[in-house]
Amino acid sequence: MPQALGLARVEAPSPTPTVSTDELRRDLRLIAEMIDPGARVLDIGCGDGALLAYLTRQKGVDGRGIELSQSGVNACVAHGLSVIQGDADRDLDAYPARAFDVVVLSQTLQATRAPRRVIEALVRIGRRAIVSFPNFGFWKIRLGLLLSGRMPISDLLPHPWYETPNIHLCTIRDFVALCDELEVRVERSLTLDRHGRPYALDPRGGLANLLAEQGVFVLSGRTSIRSET
Amino acid sequence: MSTLAFRPRPRSFENWPGHRLFVREPMRLDCGIDFGPFTIAYQTYGTLNAEGSNAILICHALTGDQYAADPHPITGKPGWWETMVGPGRVLDTERYFLICANVLGGCMGTTGPQDIDPATGEPWALSFPVITVRDMVRAQKRLIEHLGIESLFCAIGGSMGGMQVLQWAASYPQCVFSAVPIAAAARHSAQNIAFHEVGRQAIMADPDWCGGRYLSLGRKPARGLAVARMAAHITYLSETALHRKFGRNLQDRNAVTYGFDADFQVESYLRHQGSTFVDRFDANSYLYITRAMDYFDLAAEYGGSLHQAFSGTRSRFCVISFTSDWLFPTSESRQLVQALNAVAANVSFVEIATENGHDAFLLHEPELFETLRGFLAGCAEHRGLSR
Repeated sequence: MPQALGLARVEAPSPTPTVSTDELRRDLRLIAEMIDPGARVLDIGCGDGALLAYLTRQKGVDGRGIELSQSGVNACVAHGLSVIQGDADRDLDAYPARAFDVVVLSQTLQATRAPRRVIEALVRIGRRAIVSFPNFGFWKIRLGLLLSGRMPISDLLPHPWYETPNIHLCTIRDFVALCDELEVRVERSLTLDRHGRPYALDPRGGLANLLAEQGVFVLSGRTSIRSET
Repeated sequence: MSTLAFRPRPRSFENWPGHRLFVREPMRLDCGIDFGPFTIAYQTYGTLNAEGSNAILICHALTGDQYAADPHPITGKPGWWETMVGPGRVLDTERYFLICANVLGGCMGTTGPQDIDPATGEPWALSFPVITVRDMVRAQKRLIEHLGIESLFCAIGGSMGGMQVLQWAASYPQCVFSAVPIAAAARHSAQNIAFHEVGRQAIMADPDWCGGRYLSLGRKPARGLAVARMAAHITYLSETALHRKFGRNLQDRNAVTYGFDADFQVESYLRHQGSTFVDRFDANSYLYITRAMDYFDLAAEYGGSLHQAFSGTRSRFCVISFTSDWLFPTSESRQLVQALNAVAANVSFVEIATENGHDAFLLHEPELFETLRGFLAGCAEHRGLSR
């Protein structure tokens, strides 16, 4: 069964009830650092619950998760996390506006059927949304396509074209353009190189789009009160 | 009234194990009647802690009873949730104080249609008021208050037990720290009502039912009740499980007999289910309790929108369904979860893959046990329950 959510996280190690920062995947660690203690957090595509478990135990957040794969959900709940089986395309409409302080969508946007609607839902139900996704404009992907003429396969995009769950890939520039179109505020952005090291490059610039393997964006809705970040 | 010398009291619950609460103050039922006094028969396991914070209410299903974890006083069979309840088990009697009460309208000691109506000196039969799931829960609330428990650590139950759990969460949100409806729904579907009606008609078509007055007349609608049970039992299993268990296998014979004997194993099995059921269950109770389930529609109580039932809830929910349950399918649980999401409730939702159909909640399902263990451990941590 293809697991459309939690692209990279489905390969993460089995869930552990106590997670230290060291064990947390690098991009998740960055996301965790952006979240205030005690916040109400919804992690969409929470995989095995590594981020949720970390946030709940280390930061005392009121955390919930949505995960597509039933095995992921069951593992999360069996570890005391509040997680439901569901998907980002179908199940976000049910939530009321501003139900959460932070909504996290990590490495999942590209696997949704309607990313545009999903982004709108994120900034509706969360005061802030943190979105991370693989950058299809990354130089290795461009070069690979140019030289081999085959669909790119990388650590972040490990599936061959015929069985990939990643049906809506985009570049960092594409993403920023969509945010502009939706009048979604980009409060903060980080670009990560292939080792997961963050660089504060201007996401609208060509360099970020070329050098970043993935992007992490903090978004807020157009009606949102200006954030302190 | 009756001049018959032979008027059997069907059961001698006085000698059965467990506790009894005599509720003197009448209780207003949904049908408008002030009912009472009445008796609640219940079982407890484990010890209530000093703070009164470790109580779990187990809500039983249609034909269940308070004997969740000890032998049934009539059949001698192990408790219906013995796999779940006990020292070190998921519902750990060394950690929690577990309460399981026979529902109002039941036939295992809590007041029901087979008991004597003090006004007539005869069994209530059909003059017993029609009760609802909310009435059952109201009665349980009286019991909880009597036990000195302000807030339940958890309300848990499968099928109709799950309906009661949802009713608890809606009616008394401040008294429910966590709620676990298993293989349940927020309303009884048309299909479910239809199956119940078949069962009721089978009972009422039995000449021994006598318009419900069978106890006064010294009779018993055993055939009707058995047929009701047989029909219902099919709905508790999945087609796959039935096929795996019985296929088209013949019962103690090598060929069909060209008659209406139980040629097939599945027939023999159902007949057995039916005939053992009538030993332990009262036909009128069956009518009343199935009716209560039919009437259950939580959204209707709250102006037609289910999420209103949970508005402002602080309870932690764990909704569980089974893939092969076609009586209370996952889609019903999903609707419930959506309503809970609409009020941003704290909810977990797990669908467990099994071939065991609706009955899976009664069986050894490792994933069910793991889920509950984890969920309860998480809740205990938030409640500050010490190990």
